[in-house]
Amino acid sequence: MSFPWAKQYEPTNGVMQWLDERLPLPRLVYNAVGAGYPVPRNLSYMWNFGVLAGFFLVLQIVTGVVLAMHYAADASVAFGKVEHIMRDVNWGWAMRYAHANGASFFFIVVYLHIFRGFFYSSYKAPREMIWLLGVVIFLLMMATAFMGYVLPWGQMSFWGAQVITGLFEAIPLVGAPIKTWLLGGFAPDDAALNRFFSLHYLLPFVIAGVVILHIWALHIPGSSNPTGVEVKQESDTVPFHPYYTAKDGFGLGVVLIVFSLMVFFSPNTLGHPDNYIEANPLSTPALIVPEWYFYPFYAILRAFTFDFILPAKLWGVLAMFAAILVWFFLPWLDRSPVRSGHYRPLFRKFFWFGLIPCMAALFYLGGAHAEEPYIMLSQIATAYYFLHFLVILPIISSIEQPEPLPFSITEAVLGSDPNAKLGTTAAPAA
Amino acid sequence: MADTTGTATSDMVADTGADGIRRRDFINIAAISAAGVGGVGVVLPLVSQMSPSADVLAESSTEVDVSAIQPGQAIKAVFRKQPLFVRRLTQKEIDEANAVSAGDLRDAETLAERTKEGHQDLLVTMGVCTHLGCVPLGAAEGENKGEFGGYFCPCHGSHYDTAGRIRKGPAPTNLLVPEYAFTSDTVIKVG
Amino acid sequence: MIRLIAILTGLGFAGVALLALLFGIGPAFSTLAEHGRFVAPTAEHEFHKKAHAPAAGFSFSGPFGRYDEAQLQRGYQVYKEVCASCHSLKYVAFRDLQALGYTEGQVKALAAEWTVPGIDPDTGETTTRKGLPTDKFPSPYANKIAAAAANNNAIPPDLSLMTKARKDGSNYVYSLLTGYQAQPAELVEKFPASKTGPGLHYNPYFANLNLAMAPPITTDGQVTYADGAPEPTIDQMAQDVAAFLTWTAEPKMEHRKQTGVAVLIFLLFATVLAYLSKQQIWSGLKRREDD
Repeated sequence: MSFPWAKQYEPTNGVMQWLDERLPLPRLVYNAVGAGYPVPRNLSYMWNFGVLAGFFLVLQIVTGVVLAMHYAADASVAFGKVEHIMRDVNWGWAMRYAHANGASFFFIVVYLHIFRGFFYSSYKAPREMIWLLGVVIFLLMMATAFMGYVLPWGQMSFWGAQVITGLFEAIPLVGAPIKTWLLGGFAPDDAALNRFFSLHYLLPFVIAGVVILHIWALHIPGSSNPTGVEVKQESDTVPFHPYYTAKDGFGLGVVLIVFSLMVFFSPNTLGHPDNYIEANPLSTPALIVPEWYFYPFYAILRAFTFDFILPAKLWGVLAMFAAILVWFFLPWLDRSPVRSGHYRPLFRKFFWFGLIPCMAALFYLGGAHAEEPYIMLSQIATAYYFLHFLVILPIISSIEQPEPLPFSITEAVLGSDPNAKLGTTAAPAA
Repeated sequence: MADTTGTATSDMVADTGADGIRRRDFINIAAISAAGVGGVGVVLPLVSQMSPSADVLAESSTEVDVSAIQPGQAIKAVFRKQPLFVRRLTQKEIDEANAVSAGDLRDAETLAERTKEGHQDLLVTMGVCTHLGCVPLGAAEGENKGEFGGYFCPCHGSHYDTAGRIRKGPAPTNLLVPEYAFTSDTVIKVG
Repeated sequence: MIRLIAILTGLGFAGVALLALLFGIGPAFSTLAEHGRFVAPTAEHEFHKKAHAPAAGFSFSGPFGRYDEAQLQRGYQVYKEVCASCHSLKYVAFRDLQALGYTEGQVKALAAEWTVPGIDPDTGETTTRKGLPTDKFPSPYANKIAAAAANNNAIPPDLSLMTKARKDGSNYVYSLLTGYQAQPAELVEKFPASKTGPGLHYNPYFANLNLAMAPPITTDGQVTYADGAPEPTIDQMAQDVAAFLTWTAEPKMEHRKQTGVAVLIFLLFATVLAYLSKQQIWSGLKRREDD
């Protein structure tokens, strides 16, 4: 679907005309991210992160393909191959640092993209499918990033593989055989390293495929916007190109500046020193932590220290997976007729003073030593996390009185909309 | 309507005076050009990473002790992961090579041009057929030396003479003589 | 229905987490009451010291910092004469030493001072030969077992990446080398179990305070520096070898920083252009009247 006032693609010359009649690829691009896609005119910079995530996906694929040209997934040489890339390959250090930090930046922009979605309830009808596909992308990213971190075969790689596959041991009865099956052995070694490399190379292309579905689903209802009021008329929108291509270009420049500061001046800050020690199956580092982007879920995993009916380990694993899976149900848990947090006083309070501090705490606690007071704090934060999504959100969305919405996006931007009848507000969104 | 609500159309974008158009065009063109320059800047290292790395380049010279090679014998050494033929010619082989008029050859070179002064009996060539890169026979004892007594490439039937020059078959040029020098009377350094 | 299930699930997970909190809170606070902190103090908590920089700092710190070639050469000398008898440097090749300011010929001579494992070309038996520039630094031990056997089971780690494999690595190496001292009596009194055992040496910069490596740099002038170089004091030698090991871990640092400066200048320029272009494009749209 598109809005009736969307501009139509017109081939500018004979060649494009010929192509358009046979394979209308330029038309597809024109309608997807060109002038043929009308977008709400009031998007804030929080709407930049989708395009930025796409940029980092491409960056990871390009640098990853290049790194794979110089790497070998063999436990006896993998660590040395990475050093070969860092020391001998032309620009190898740049490729590798860009890839390592690129993963972090991919997660940074995706987390911002997700939290934009939380605040503006971007998951609500009619955009549920966009949201569901987005959560799938996030899960695939986590799997890809985890397996990628194993490839340098440092201490954190090895023990990360050991610990994460160990999660499956919590499954009753079949847990231990599943772990052995996943690793192709009793501990991480060649078999595990090779399959992780194979899947690490494959999954980004699966992600790219789901991203295409994500964008396709987006183009059915069109983009949401900070008011949460649906597009009503042509004056509510601007063509994606040149308006948002220009805005995204500027946003990309800003993010690339920060990215370059990390890659060129502090490339190892987001990594862990222990991963510069070659994997040693006989010695565990003092503190095993995953990469920072897994910290919240790692904190949730470690918060369960008490056997209650089920063993603590199983509780931790269940809670960790549930923490992401609850996102799938958000469209049906949040029943508020209003989307945007700007018009939801109660929701807004719980977002800024509940969810955000809770996530900040989990991000911090996941990287801390497993000792007090961090354990107590992660138990509190974990409890709030589940209460927020599964209890608070359904309840407040039923009881809160939303603030009046603008009649239209035009009115929100310009202060008045000649189409608005005096004294009316917009119909509820959902 | 469009006027009061500011609906964007391409006409509206280009509605300022001639001066405004020039300035706007300049900025947009500059921004797009900058993106292009950035793109090229990223492509260069991506292309350059495929060329030989520092460890490969560092191995690009090989020293060979030639003192033990008897006349009529050849040894195979390795230079840049490719076979290198070092052959001590007999007087007969030298005479055969010199008997040919270089001008008649596909790739005109004399034996003197292909060896070092004072060491005309030592023929150093790559063991790589100039046709499509197979390793010619003739360096090891008992191998087919081809119709001209030098080397013979069995892949596509190229015959090289005792100076490693192409005489018959599809190869376009003589066996390559790599850059080398005598570091002493008995040792050559290739590359 | 879905919300009912959700609320029950949420209460379930939150409940179990809080239950765990309930059972942990008692012991945690009794530890707090007893020791003034949540975790019973250990010798590491109280006596471990953070790595610190040499008084004059390192030439390579900061966004424009560069290696001091003369210092790296001195550090190489310290590595060769002191560290190399136990520690390998297996990711570094002799040819890399050209980055320290040596010529190709000098590198060849330096490489030839080392003995590397080789193969006898006539018999095929393992033997040793002089190092070539293409060789990596040889390991002082034939294998891990030999290394463990010679060092009381504490295998001396490879040093190629040491300064990246420890937090604040350059300062860590410097602090560790200059940080050997007698174990404080107060420590032994408070934590008798942490008394430095036989074959171990007290060093507050080491993670668990006691390490197997004996102080490697013990006297001023242990290494003889060339004329014109600074006095080879313990502090100076520790700095020099820490600088050398920073280079072995990150040999492309200068190239990286130089590239970074060029990239950032370009990006700032391009981003300003992108901003102006975006402003230009959006200026065609009417804004709120009271803007």
